[in-house]
Amino acid sequence: MAQLICENVSLGYDGREIVGDLNFHIDEGDYLCIVGENGSGKSTLMKTLLGLMAPLRGRVSYGGTLKSTDIGYLPQQTQVQRDFPASVWEIVLSGCQNRSGMRPFYSREQKRTARENIEKMGLSELSKRCYRELSGGQQQRVLLARAMCAAGRVLLLDEPVSGLDPKVTEEMYRIIYDLNKKDGMTVIMISHDVSAAVKYADKILHIGKSVFFGSTADYLKSDTGRVFTDVKGSDAP
Amino acid sequence: MTELISKLSLYFEYPFVRYALIVGVLIALCSSLLGVTLVLKRFSFIGDGLSHVAFGALAIATALKLTNDMPLMLIITTVCAVLLLRTGQNAKIKGDAAVAMISVGALAVGYLIMNVFSASSNLTGDVCSTLFGSTSILTLNRTQVQMCAVLSVIVVIIFVLFYNKIFAVTFDEDFAKATGIRADAYNLMIAIVIAVIIVVAMNLVGSLLISALVIFPSLSAMRLFKSFRSVTVCSAVLSVVCALFGILVSIIAGTPVGATIVCVDIVVFFVFLLLGRCRGGAKA
Ligand SMILES: Nc1ncnc2c1ncn2[C@@H]1O[C@H](COP(=O)(O)OP(=O)(O)O)[C@@H](O)[C@H]1O
Ligand SMILES: [Mg+2]
Repeated sequence: MAQLICENVSLGYDGREIVGDLNFHIDEGDYLCIVGENGSGKSTLMKTLLGLMAPLRGRVSYGGTLKSTDIGYLPQQTQVQRDFPASVWEIVLSGCQNRSGMRPFYSREQKRTARENIEKMGLSELSKRCYRELSGGQQQRVLLARAMCAAGRVLLLDEPVSGLDPKVTEEMYRIIYDLNKKDGMTVIMISHDVSAAVKYADKILHIGKSVFFGSTADYLKSDTGRVFTDVKGSDAP
Repeated sequence: MTELISKLSLYFEYPFVRYALIVGVLIALCSSLLGVTLVLKRFSFIGDGLSHVAFGALAIATALKLTNDMPLMLIITTVCAVLLLRTGQNAKIKGDAAVAMISVGALAVGYLIMNVFSASSNLTGDVCSTLFGSTSILTLNRTQVQMCAVLSVIVVIIFVLFYNKIFAVTFDEDFAKATGIRADAYNLMIAIVIAVIIVVAMNLVGSLLISALVIFPSLSAMRLFKSFRSVTVCSAVLSVVCALFGILVSIIAGTPVGATIVCVDIVVFFVFLLLGRCRGGAKA
């Protein structure tokens, strides 16, 4: 059942097109990786899928019963204001806000969800620490925990492993994979790392000079995929 | 010392002195609450612009010879808050220019209106007290005191009820929007609350000093505390203590109340700055 549908979507800023005429749909339980070179418009596409910006042309729609409050999001770089005073706990808990509705305070259950995700990300010791005093990798994990709090059914991740060391990266991929396979969470992930993308994802969307959308197996056989994986994948295990 | 205390207790025989103190504290409390939001979000420039708008609105109210000027000021300032928020959302640079235009324009028009329509013999004094606050908080009339008290309490209640949403929206607006929080609605609410705070605080410190009253306690708290909640609580406490102290000093020493409070805030800021340095140094 299609959760997100893109019809003839063109993306860009101020009327200048970056990517034209995208057609694809994402089904419930899919694990989709979006790949492509730097500046090819991956982050722009994700912002459009989230309704943060309007497409130049075409239509993005949510299928079935998907609501925006079912969505978790990890931005590529959050323009957190430099001096914002916020603890790890406060930030992760704020991920639960989308299910609060008009309730003013967090329920016990929401707090439990936040605590669980903090543990999952290995942040328990840091939960009282100030966000902006953490290292880049630690900050990334905080935002990932927040995204997981917000995600009811769909998780959108913009380069989730950038800034993480190899061991944590592997763990992160494992956690995301489990979320998708065990909990049935739809995952849409932007990735630089094509070898990991083809390893975990069921479907690939490649944007750039040539556009590909389809299953991972088909991608590996396609011209677009071969070029990309040959170059990038040569030093992959 | 005993002389001071007897002088103070003499003052406190009068109910209007007690009310003035209570209302001063309430105003200080509610104006400190959105300090963090105002320091860090794009609302900072809106806040500054709006205080000038409130000056213009007061001038109009004076020219119209309204006995109670607050309702008109509330309306004009709130409308401007909404307009500024709109322009700010469309394009950032244009938003800045719009704020500058509106705030400077409001000052000029306000002064002109006061000059042309004022029947008062002491025009300079009038202008001065709208810019820097009444020379004494004791000159507030009964309706002003009541309205300030009611509005401050409303602001505090709204802040408590929407505390978590305000945090979510100010910390990361894109994330909030993406995950289905109605960020635009909450931004609108924040802008309106800021407008109300400015109108209320104008009675205590005048339009030019409002930003100081709003921002200093939060800036001080941010030197020492690192979570949103602790900063919020600390800045509320600081603001109340400073206002209390400032009002008492102004009554005893006969200094202008707004400037006195702000000076106390400044002293506290430097104390906290030093404390923060010491602590940061100890850690490193
Ligand atoms: N806010 C913006 N305004 C104008 N152009 C932008 C903006 N953000 C990104 N771009 C441009 O859009 C293109 C795609 O950017 P992006 O989606 O971030 O690429 P990717 O995530 O694939 O690396 C880039 O050429 C970039 O310069
Ligand atoms: Mg990107």
